[in-house]
Amino acid sequence: MRMNIIDRRLNPKGKSLANRQRFLRRARQQILRAVREASGDRSITDIASGERVSIPSDGLREPAFRRSGEGGVRDYVVPGNKEYVEGDLIPRPQGEGGGGSGGSGDGEGEDDFRFLLSKDEFLDIFLDDLELPDLVKTNINRTESHSLARAGYSVSGSPANLNLVRTMRNSLSRRIALKRPRPDDIAELEAEIRRLEESGDDPERLSELRVDFDRMMARSKRIPYIDPLDVRYSRFEPVPKPVTQAVMFCLMDVSGSMTEHMKDLAKRFYMLLYLFLTRRYHHVEIVFIRHTHEAKEVDEDTFFYSTETGGTVVSTALTEMKRVVDERYPTSDWNIYAAQASDGDNTSSDNARAAEMLAGLILPLCQYFAYIEVGAEYKDWLGRETDLWRTYKSVARVAPNMAMRKVRVRSQIFPVFRDLFSKERVGNAGGGA
Amino acid sequence: MNADLLFSQADWDFDLLWRTYDAIEDIAGTELGLITYPNQIEVITAEQMLDAYSSIGLPLMYHHWSFGKHFAQDETLYRKGMRGLAYEIVINSSPCISYIMEENPMSMQALVMAHAAFGHNHFFKNNALFQQWTDASGILDYMEFAKSYVSQCEERHGHLAVERVLDAAHALMSHGVHRYPKKRVYDLREEKRREEERRAYHEQTYNDLWRTVPKSATSRRGSHDLAERKKRLGLPEENLLYFLEKSAPRLHGWQREILRIVRNISQYFYPQKQTKVMNEGCATCVHYHILNRLHEQGRITDGTFMEVLHSHTNVVFQPDFDDRRFSGINPYALGFGMMQDIRRICLDPTDEDRVWFPDFAGNRDPWGTLRDAWANYRDESFIQQYLSPELIRKMRLFKVHNDSDAPSLEVTAIHNERGYREVRRALAASYDVSRLEPDIQIIDVDMAGDRRLILHHRVTDGVLLDEENAVPVLRHIANLWGYEVRLIEVDATTDMTLNEYDDVGPSVPLVG
Repeated sequence: MRMNIIDRRLNPKGKSLANRQRFLRRARQQILRAVREASGDRSITDIASGERVSIPSDGLREPAFRRSGEGGVRDYVVPGNKEYVEGDLIPRPQGEGGGGSGGSGDGEGEDDFRFLLSKDEFLDIFLDDLELPDLVKTNINRTESHSLARAGYSVSGSPANLNLVRTMRNSLSRRIALKRPRPDDIAELEAEIRRLEESGDDPERLSELRVDFDRMMARSKRIPYIDPLDVRYSRFEPVPKPVTQAVMFCLMDVSGSMTEHMKDLAKRFYMLLYLFLTRRYHHVEIVFIRHTHEAKEVDEDTFFYSTETGGTVVSTALTEMKRVVDERYPTSDWNIYAAQASDGDNTSSDNARAAEMLAGLILPLCQYFAYIEVGAEYKDWLGRETDLWRTYKSVARVAPNMAMRKVRVRSQIFPVFRDLFSKERVGNAGGGA
Repeated sequence: MNADLLFSQADWDFDLLWRTYDAIEDIAGTELGLITYPNQIEVITAEQMLDAYSSIGLPLMYHHWSFGKHFAQDETLYRKGMRGLAYEIVINSSPCISYIMEENPMSMQALVMAHAAFGHNHFFKNNALFQQWTDASGILDYMEFAKSYVSQCEERHGHLAVERVLDAAHALMSHGVHRYPKKRVYDLREEKRREEERRAYHEQTYNDLWRTVPKSATSRRGSHDLAERKKRLGLPEENLLYFLEKSAPRLHGWQREILRIVRNISQYFYPQKQTKVMNEGCATCVHYHILNRLHEQGRITDGTFMEVLHSHTNVVFQPDFDDRRFSGINPYALGFGMMQDIRRICLDPTDEDRVWFPDFAGNRDPWGTLRDAWANYRDESFIQQYLSPELIRKMRLFKVHNDSDAPSLEVTAIHNERGYREVRRALAASYDVSRLEPDIQIIDVDMAGDRRLILHHRVTDGVLLDEENAVPVLRHIANLWGYEVRLIEVDATTDMTLNEYDDVGPSVPLVG
């Protein structure tokens, strides 16, 4: 048959994945910039869903020696003459040099280059070069997590783990080494014998062949096709998988002075932090603690959407957090992160107590404590520092694992976030705005 | 219902493909006299088609970011609906592999099979350029070798190091062909053995002592005679990749091997560049006649035939020069037009044709005449030989002269008695491969001194190099060469220096 039809539709997909990775690596700087810009004014749930980015094509050009598009003398032959006769003069078209069949322009434009990033690619780039501060305490615990890893071959095992390739390879080499007669040879000999039997030509040779044949048959019986010796199984070994787990505490002031806008900013920050933690830890739990003049652990909806009235006593939230940690999250097993959002109000009599609690009880528990002061969009911020800000500043000055920032508009969230977790900062992640 | 009818529904299945293929093969063999490589038809998805696109049409390719970039580009355009996918891709190999897409209806599959599996296939097998320069039976094995070699290099020397060499090699790809080669056959074992030998030699002669020799000790020997030096280095050399592979002083063995791989691929595609019009014309002409015949025989329905004609006319559409859609001459239109015209001249010549084409006008053997043309010409010579006044009139071709110093363009020849030869000459010249690519040669190397590499661009018609491209390419050459590179643009007729790119140095050392 001279023709062949092959169905390739079920071939493994993503043949160009390796090329794509190389391309993304190559375009990293441009993509990074594009992603950062794109994320500035976008909600965080959108961010997590992949992105169409547009990057400038410099650095991605593929140069080659080409003849210039202008200058010199060129002749074109073009179709569709309507009224021209020999000797006619045509005014030079603006910009382009006439007919255009001369250049071999393959569409290599100067334009920006647009393409789609998948969700994972986007997040990788989005959260790249961010690092969690102080991962020392990460815990290898959680006994449930064992994974199987390949560990060579063994001579015993369950039939499901039979390694066919190894087994056949052993079988083949053993058969060759012990000179087991090949089925083809046997068949050939058999045919020869039959021919001689039918013709009855050469009885001497016939009996010789019969002896050979018997010997061959005996040999191939003695030397089995597959011997138990050949059999190999893939071996797997359970390897304890280090599962790092983290808990993230969201503390927020929900008193009347917190506007929707402020809550929105806080929410965005929490989501970024969550996204980030989930990519660094296998297991992340979140605890929401809201407070007015008293604090309470709540679920997410209540946390963000239900309103509450009352005064503002920050230390209550810290007390509540301490209680939850003591109750459920022993520091030996958990990495503890906390992010507190507030508009900076606090009952002045509570400031000293809050500072004391933070420095004495909370910070020693935490890997990292971030304080985000959210403000109204149009308020001038540079004016005065809030009570809470001043209080926390004194704590942050001496605590390496605490940071505080101010956020006023949505587009500041990501820069602030990056600022807090960028790799260079880790190690000297001190406080201070 | 006609018993001979091959199919009437839109959906295809493998059985239908077989039957249709057989019917097509019958016509192609007996009537058109086509001689082809054995066919292998592969059904693929749209995504796989995009894949194949982005790695310059070869089913096996080493990895490089530029393929990823093209994939992303093509994919974006395709998803936006701005660009349809090609109906087929065909590979010059033996067996000749044609890809057909699962999304296409049966009528399209029939068209594609006639077009690719017979038209292109015949051309690949019989055209002299392909016979001389490509080895259809070896290319897939060679690509297999190339792919695994490059990925081995990536493992051994790191992605970045390999990427740098490939970037540089790709920039020089169009200047990596021997234009006057001896036929060479790729042999996988031979390639592997050569590569191993190279490495073994390197290992054998490795001596740690060399590391300790002070590097700056360049002994300035008496200046060699220029002519002798050139002779020893084989200069001038227009195959830049070849020269760098053989003579660049500082490259490692594996880097030379990668240059060689890129060079071989470039050489493989060299004939395709020179035969776009003929290749597409041949395939279009073949599918047009085969499907016409199938229709006449009542083996496809009128509806199918209309669908086929619809795609066919789209493919051979040639917008006029003042049309918004105009982007040069459509090779399908020109090739198909010329081949139809040759058939007409064979069967039903006018007096004019008899004067212009005494060799074959009225010989009543259109397919024999076409097969001869397909076998022995490339675009330039084909147009020079076969473009008829009739077709020049039909396409209303005219020639425009553009002198950048003159205030306006001038029409110097049109489709009339005085203009035919001039239009034909100019059109043929525009397909001359030496016109498509700038003529760049390595002229000299200062081996005793600072090892500067000197290149000349022989400028024809005063068209200089595109500067934005030239500088980065020179940088790539410098990186491969390891020392500075100078490019001088010299007018081909007067030998006057028109432009000079002075001393582009290596930006990143490829060799530590």
